[in-house]
Parts: sequence; C-alpha cells; structure tokens
Amino acid sequence: MNPDRRQFLGWGAAAAAGAALAPGLRLVELAQARSPEEAASALQRWGLLIDITKCADCDACVTACSKENGWTGHGRPETDPQWIRKVSLRDKRTGYAQTLPLMCQHCEHPPCVDVCPTGASFKRADGIVLVDKHICIGCRYCVMACPYGARSFVHEAVSGQNPDVPRGQGTVESCTFCVQRVDRGETPACVEACNRDGGKAMVFGDLNDRSTEIHRRLRSASSTQVRADLALNTGVRYQGL
Amino acid sequence: MRIATGVVAALVAVTGLADAGGEAPRRVAEPTIRIERGVACVAPTAEMRRNHMTMLLRQRDLTMHQGLRETRFSLKNCVNCHASRETGSVLGEDGFCSSCHAYASVHIDCFECHSPMRQARATATP
Repeated sequence: MNPDRRQFLGWGAAAAAGAALAPGLRLVELAQARSPEEAASALQRWGLLIDITKCADCDACVTACSKENGWTGHGRPETDPQWIRKVSLRDKRTGYAQTLPLMCQHCEHPPCVDVCPTGASFKRADGIVLVDKHICIGCRYCVMACPYGARSFVHEAVSGQNPDVPRGQGTVESCTFCVQRVDRGETPACVEACNRDGGKAMVFGDLNDRSTEIHRRLRSASSTQVRADLALNTGVRYQGL
Repeated sequence: MRIATGVVAALVAVTGLADAGGEAPRRVAEPTIRIERGVACVAPTAEMRRNHMTMLLRQRDLTMHQGLRETRFSLKNCVNCHASRETGSVLGEDGFCSSCHAYASVHIDCFECHSPMRQARATATP
C-alpha cells in the first residue's frame, strides 16, 4: 500500500467517523459551503425551483449559463450545445402563453445514468447529475435516453475554455448546476442572473434542509415536475405551470 | 561489394559521431524546463517526474466524483505555476508540458478539454 492510498483511506475513515458521530449537527453544518477537503454528501440534495409566473420574457439565465460554462453556438441549431433553453408554451384554446427555462432536471433516478455503457454519466452523492468526460466515449445513448432533451454533444474542437469548466470535442455535456460554483458555496449562474437581471423566478438550495428558502417554498405551495409520470423525482421543480 | 561499402560507411558514421563527442547537439531537442513561479513544487522533482500522472489521475477522480477540490494536486494548480510567462500557456514549443512530452513522445490529452492557460487568480502555494 503506497502512502497516497493509505492517506486517502485515512481521510475516508475520518469522514465516515465524523458523519456517524453527530448526524444531527452535521445536517446544519452541511447546509453551508463545504470545505475543499469535504466530499459531496448524500445528506444534501441540490434542487432548483422555478416560478413560471415570475419568469420574464428574457434570456438572462441562458446568457449567464453560456458565459459561465463557455458554450457558444455555431449557428447550427440542430447540433449546437444547449445546456439550458427557454421553452414557450401556449394553450391552443385560450391563447395563454408561458415561457420557462428547461435544463437537466437532475433526476433522482436519471435515465441517462441507466443507459451509459461506461459509467461516465453518473449522479453525485448530493444529487447533481454529471458527465465524467474522461470516460465518456461519445456514444450519445444518454442524449437519446433523456426525456427532457437536456444533453448535447460537442461536435467541434473547443478552445479557450473556462479553467473550471473543461469541455472537449467528442463528449456529451449538460447542465451541471454549475457544480464548480456550488462547491464554492455559490448558486448556479442562471439563478444569480435571474435574481439580478430577470424576474427573480429561480430559487436554488438543498431540498433536504428544512431551513432553506426552496424547502419552505416547496412545502407551502404546490409544484410540478415535468413528466412526473416517469417517476424520476426531478431536482428541478416548477410552480405556476 | 555493396555490403562492404555499407559497412565502411556505417563505421565512418559511428567514428564520426564518436569524434564529435559531447559538443554535437543531441538528435532530439532537450525539453525546455523553465519554472516561472513559486520556489518548490508540491513534491520533490524526481517524484514529480515519475508520478505526476498518477497524482493528476487520482485528483481527477476525487474532484469529478466526490467534489473534492483540494487545489494542491489539481491540474489548474500545475498550470498556474508552470505556464510560460510570455504565452501564459503550458503548451507551445517551449511549453512546460508540451516540450517534455514531445521529448518523451507521449501524447497528452488533458488540454483537449482543459484550459492550458494560467488563471489570473492567485494560486495555492504548496
């Protein structure tokens, strides 16, 4: 056993002991930003609540996502990367129109993870569904499996990436809840932009923590999961849909 | 006869090389190793030369799957110290990563996705 491995196992044991010793206290503590030495924990589940009634006719969330994660279109809508998009709904009878942002719904039971042949598509302990591009072979099964059309494939060679958001040709990508920001204790870029420039329609937080704004809002009013019939238990919820 | 000529030519070539001794340039250009920042790396040079790929691989999996973003062994931290002062990159002809990898003839995939450029933000010191 080399020293690195021993040290790593040591950390694991320490983390396990910490979690086991005082579970009640940990819950409160984990609602804050994790330290870089602390692994993502299943005690948390990140979620996003979008109030459609407040969703303005803007694309602040899409622009912010594109800027934060460094994806841009090439004027080819069929194949361009699309981490988040604005969807317009219209009731044909009454003409009532709504607009809402749609992105990876961070399912509890993600179909993309079920179909991935290499294990590249995975759900992190805190509920964020990600693609490990190091082992993604670009087969795009997940793109087909996702009922929300949330994933896209990188067709072109990429340069000038954000150092926190590696992207490369031949891999699949989707919304990560801005995992690099969440790990720093910040909210995703779309949420920040919506609350600054948009209709203040988005709330991000821990679905397991009763003290959070998102938990309070979800328990006090009804909310909808898109394609709830699939029983995927999505992390993204909508109100006013 | 042709074989004999070949042997003689080979001998001449070998002696020619031997005569040239240490002054002649190496057939393969030596890598450029220029450290731009910091006084010490995260581990001794010998260990880094032999094991940097293992360190990066382990950190990669910890960060990706568990969200452990300790900066010490992160690729970003490597790049921030080792990027060239002129180009701001670890790639290019005299790039810290690329010149050594060209010498060793080992292809690096890291920068197909990751940024080879130094970040403006300050780095964690070892």
